[in-house]
Amino acid sequence: MIQIEHAVKTFAEGHQAVHALRDVSLRVEKGDIYGIVGFSGAGKSTLLRLVNGLEKPDSGSVVVAGRDLSRLGQKELRDLRRHIGMVFQQFNLLEGKTVKHNVSIPLELAGMPRRKIEARVRDVLRFVELEDKENAYVSQLSGGQKQRVGIARALATQPEILLCDEATSALDPQTTESILRLLQKVNREMGVTILLITHQMQVIQMICHKVAVMEHGRIVEEGSVLSVFGTPKEEVTRRFVRTVINDRIPDTFISVVRSEQRSQQVELLKFIGASVKEPLIANLCRMEGLEVNILGATIQEMQGSVMSVFILQLIGDAACIAQAEERIDRTGALRERMVFQE
Amino acid sequence: MTDWQALFKETFGIKWPKLLESLGQTVYMLGWALLIGAVIGLLLALVLVLCRKDGLKQNRAIYDIVNVYVNIVRSMPFIITLVFVFPVTRLIVGKTYGSTAMLVPLVIYISPYMARLMENSLLDVSPGVIEAAQAMGATTWQIVTRFLLPEALPSIVLAMTTGTVGLLGATAMAGYVGGGGVGDLALTYGYQRYNFPLLILTIVILVIFVQLLQLLGNRVSGKMRQHR
Repeated sequence: MIQIEHAVKTFAEGHQAVHALRDVSLRVEKGDIYGIVGFSGAGKSTLLRLVNGLEKPDSGSVVVAGRDLSRLGQKELRDLRRHIGMVFQQFNLLEGKTVKHNVSIPLELAGMPRRKIEARVRDVLRFVELEDKENAYVSQLSGGQKQRVGIARALATQPEILLCDEATSALDPQTTESILRLLQKVNREMGVTILLITHQMQVIQMICHKVAVMEHGRIVEEGSVLSVFGTPKEEVTRRFVRTVINDRIPDTFISVVRSEQRSQQVELLKFIGASVKEPLIANLCRMEGLEVNILGATIQEMQGSVMSVFILQLIGDAACIAQAEERIDRTGALRERMVFQE
Repeated sequence: MTDWQALFKETFGIKWPKLLESLGQTVYMLGWALLIGAVIGLLLALVLVLCRKDGLKQNRAIYDIVNVYVNIVRSMPFIITLVFVFPVTRLIVGKTYGSTAMLVPLVIYISPYMARLMENSLLDVSPGVIEAAQAMGATTWQIVTRFLLPEALPSIVLAMTTGTVGLLGATAMAGYVGGGGVGDLALTYGYQRYNFPLLILTIVILVIFVQLLQLLGNRVSGKMRQHR
């Protein structure tokens, strides 16, 4: 659906060159909810805008719905944009106008007859659950309602792709969740492919199928949400994952670990999926010469699955710990030794 | 002649209809110069906003030309512009006196001023709204007519109000050179004849005029902003 190959984009800011994108390639399949996460200035906003031609790459290619953007004329590009909805962090609505007016605009621009516009606006407002706000002025709405209007406006022309530019970053956690549920509904019920950028890992966790992590104009890591959350490789990815999955040992426990005189090893375990075949902790406890201490545990829901994280302190001699590790690995858990600097 | 008309003549040294005639001339000059000047000003403002760096139709050459033109005209005092454009006035109107002839220098004077004020109004429109319009596949014309102008309108009305007050001052000068109007009345009948009461009267009239204009401008703009 969206295919970006070796995109490079450099801005001139005064006399300095800002490398927004350095050789970025991205592939989004039809029906995906694809999330790009990164800190501000990572280049995600520029990357998103390549898709509807609001930014043009210095080099590299962008192919959307089978069409190479660099080969499109002004008019063809405008036509393509009507099939790509876009939602913004600051909503970017006409604040002084009614909800209905805002949602009709893209349809009027596309030259739809007035009669049909009325019906379409009503349909799409019902979809975002704002049918009773048709004649309200945007300025009278809450942030979450404004974003619903933004989504309704983006969906009015029945696009195949929806681009979300930090769509939930200006909203409180509860509203964020309801907007994310709505985006999920858009994806499931309308079959719209969604490409979103965010700096909130919760957003990725809640609705994305795939994720790419950006840093300094590059995609440093990508894959399915479960694999990136389960085995983050890059430091930046770890930092993001840590914002939703707490795999740190509380400071008070660190002193407990440090004061332990016997031979020990602290292990970080991640289990993906709900099916645990054997009572691992119980079995570990039964092992001769091994003491097991649970330092922390969390459960996260994502992608219709769960990820459980355990931090275990294993106390025993080296051989015994090695045996325990082998036992853990057999369960298919992702295991990582945690090291503490003195 | 009724008593109050005699009283008027006695107090201000002119006949009542003369004042009405002057008022009419002022309104005539103000109205037409405002109308034509605002239209030209808006066009200039749009050119400035669209052609500026990172504008929708970035064009350095056109921007520079309009920008320099606006600056040059704006740096000339009106009284200089007035006599400077006499040849142009003669070419267009056929004479260089009378209220209609004065419209030429008034429009030349006020349109760049309006352009600057309106340019600011247009630049105040959220870039996000413009980006949303582009993302919808709007043409430049659609962006201007459906997004830029409607969003900037309340602010443009205030800009026009400010411009109109400036224009009122210019009509007084234009009047003196042959356009008639309240300014002319104040100078020829008031100042030159040492008719102090008339001078005061014209000032009062002008003050009321400005107050009403500002009140109207604020009202209209406020009405437009009501829902934001």
